Amino acid sequence: MKSYMGIDVGSVSTNIVLIDEKGKLIEKLYIRTNGQPIDAVKKGLKLIEEKIKANGKSVEIAGVGTTGSGRKLAAVIVGADVVKNEITAHAVAAMNHVPGVQTVIEIGGQDSKLIIIRNGVVSDFAMNTVCAAGTGSFLDQQAARLNLPIEKFSKLALNAQAPVRIAGRCSVFAESDMIHKQQMGHNLSDIIAGLCDALVRNYLNNVGKGKEILVPIVFQGGVAANEGMREAFRKALNTEIIVPENFDVMGALGAAFLAREAVVQNNQKTVFKGFDTVDHDFKVKGFECSGCPNLCEVVEIYENFQVLARWGDRCGKWTETHQELKQVSFN
Amino acid sequence: MKITFPHMGNLWISAKALLEGLNLEVVVPPPCTKKTLSLGVLHAPEFICLPLKINLGNYIEAAEKGADTIIIAGGRGPCRFGYYCRLEKEIMDDLGYNYEMIVLEPPEKSFFEVIQDIRAIAKCSMLQIMNAVRTAWLKCCVVDEIERKVQMIRARESCPGLADGIYKEALKDIDSAQRGKEIISIKRRAFEALNEVPVDPKREIVRIALVGEIYTILEPFANQNIEKHLGKLGAEVKRSLYLSSWVNDHLLGGVLPLESTKEACRLAAPYLNYFVGGHGRETVGSAVKFSREGFDGIIQIAPLTCGPEIVAEAILPEIYLSEGVPVMTIYMDEQTGEAGLITRLEAFVDMTRRIKFSEKDSDLLILRG
Repeated sequence: MKSYMGIDVGSVSTNIVLIDEKGKLIEKLYIRTNGQPIDAVKKGLKLIEEKIKANGKSVEIAGVGTTGSGRKLAAVIVGADVVKNEITAHAVAAMNHVPGVQTVIEIGGQDSKLIIIRNGVVSDFAMNTVCAAGTGSFLDQQAARLNLPIEKFSKLALNAQAPVRIAGRCSVFAESDMIHKQQMGHNLSDIIAGLCDALVRNYLNNVGKGKEILVPIVFQGGVAANEGMREAFRKALNTEIIVPENFDVMGALGAAFLAREAVVQNNQKTVFKGFDTVDHDFKVKGFECSGCPNLCEVVEIYENFQVLARWGDRCGKWTETHQELKQVSFN
Repeated sequence: MKITFPHMGNLWISAKALLEGLNLEVVVPPPCTKKTLSLGVLHAPEFICLPLKINLGNYIEAAEKGADTIIIAGGRGPCRFGYYCRLEKEIMDDLGYNYEMIVLEPPEKSFFEVIQDIRAIAKCSMLQIMNAVRTAWLKCCVVDEIERKVQMIRARESCPGLADGIYKEALKDIDSAQRGKEIISIKRRAFEALNEVPVDPKREIVRIALVGEIYTILEPFANQNIEKHLGKLGAEVKRSLYLSSWVNDHLLGGVLPLESTKEACRLAAPYLNYFVGGHGRETVGSAVKFSREGFDGIIQIAPLTCGPEIVAEAILPEIYLSEGVPVMTIYMDEQTGEAGLITRLEAFVDMTRRIKFSEKDSDLLILRG
């Protein structure tokens, strides 16, 4: 069966999906990046191949798309037909799942986005600019501080009787407010519900500033798993919030759709290197270029001792020469 | 006296030509780098805007090359720039540098006041002054013309980097040229070379306007080379400000028939009817102007904590609703990681391209569901 692969390498999680020619999801995978994107991609490929085999399916990869902050790295490792930013990928996935969607709220590990869609085209978007308060990492951190698994943490908010007021502007302020309320004797569910309200308020004031939020509204990204956050959005926007079934892998799904579009449109053969890429030896070497006082941190990616790609330089002297340098030995 | 000045894009070429034409010894600070920024950040107040931090770095690096006098513009109104000269002098004094500071205040009435300020610094004849001004002005205009051309080619060239190579060479030649004729022939040669850069005719070009605070839109180091990134993404860039039009507006009293920000100020009403300092009103007005000129997207750039631009930012969504051209704001500070910037630019260009070409691609929309 012909299928398309989408890979989303985010700061916190790495997601891989496979869709068939009609866009139906065949297989999905959500694993932690753990700060090691190359290993995560290799591990992901291996797991998804095992999953396919275990289900007795045979697939032929006809196209690959990558997205997320590690999209470029993932693309050179697996061989991708499309490398796309997260905004486009998430919007495409949301449009596929909820026809007529006008607003996409996406909150991931490090950033939060708001995408405004009108007439099937992204017409405006915003991303958190200066601070990461209210993103998945902060919620993770708070759950760990309270010694609660994140799943339990997310459900506790629903039991709140009287949510307390927590400052949402900055995660440091939020944390000191939470500690103050906890030491005053407020119960945990009221504090967590208060935190969710604060984060939603912060999101709407910061990311949603000046944007027209119209229904249908889709909420996706890792944080959409958090029932407290869903409820807080429902309350703040006073309307129904749609959380799609595959909310946690929407970026990867979007990348897969985009790969399908590119391959079909250009009638091209995929550059996917195959599942056995996982056995290849990838190494990353970095050095500080001393050509000028910018001291750029140049990164070199090696595949089986050959330079695959280089980036990180401002002037382009390393990036643009990597084509000819494929034969450089690794020592 | 060895005179220096802060960097701001290609300003150094004209400033150097002017000052050298007045028989002054000039020290151009080394180009802005991470080192410049680190030096500035170390000695600047934490919450000050980015240009001051880079200025300080320029002065420290220029002092290493023997500079002892700084020339900088003054200013008035609610923007902190008007106070830069005093604050920078205090900081440099505290650090033990023996800098003299010459402040060129914006003229109240005419260019003649600027000439008088110049005469106070340089003891030379009126003829010499006029010659120096003419050469500097010519260089300034030629640099801007070539840059405009580069902004067009960058978006279209099949092999990224060619236009920038020609641009870099041309700047070097213009800097060393002495006579008007030479400068004109450099311009001709640069245009010829740029016209020969192979372009990809199939690329779907979008036009993006950059508006915002003058320093961050003119100095590529301060805006993380945003124009090059946009060019690579296939976006033709135009700025609300070019050095020549700024000089014409602010120093020459707008006597020459160049594109002026006066029109932008007029178009800012009814969204913003007052001078809010810096280029706040110009940002609002330029956004209106570019929307009406058919640009596909507008990007506002400003240093973090910039008051006038914060005022403008709050008004821009209103302009989007009435004029229909998407606007994005990007704040610049000491961050040097480019991933976040590139993601936003890519998403923005992608969006404007899909809006612009969506009718043509309607079958694709169906394919996507």
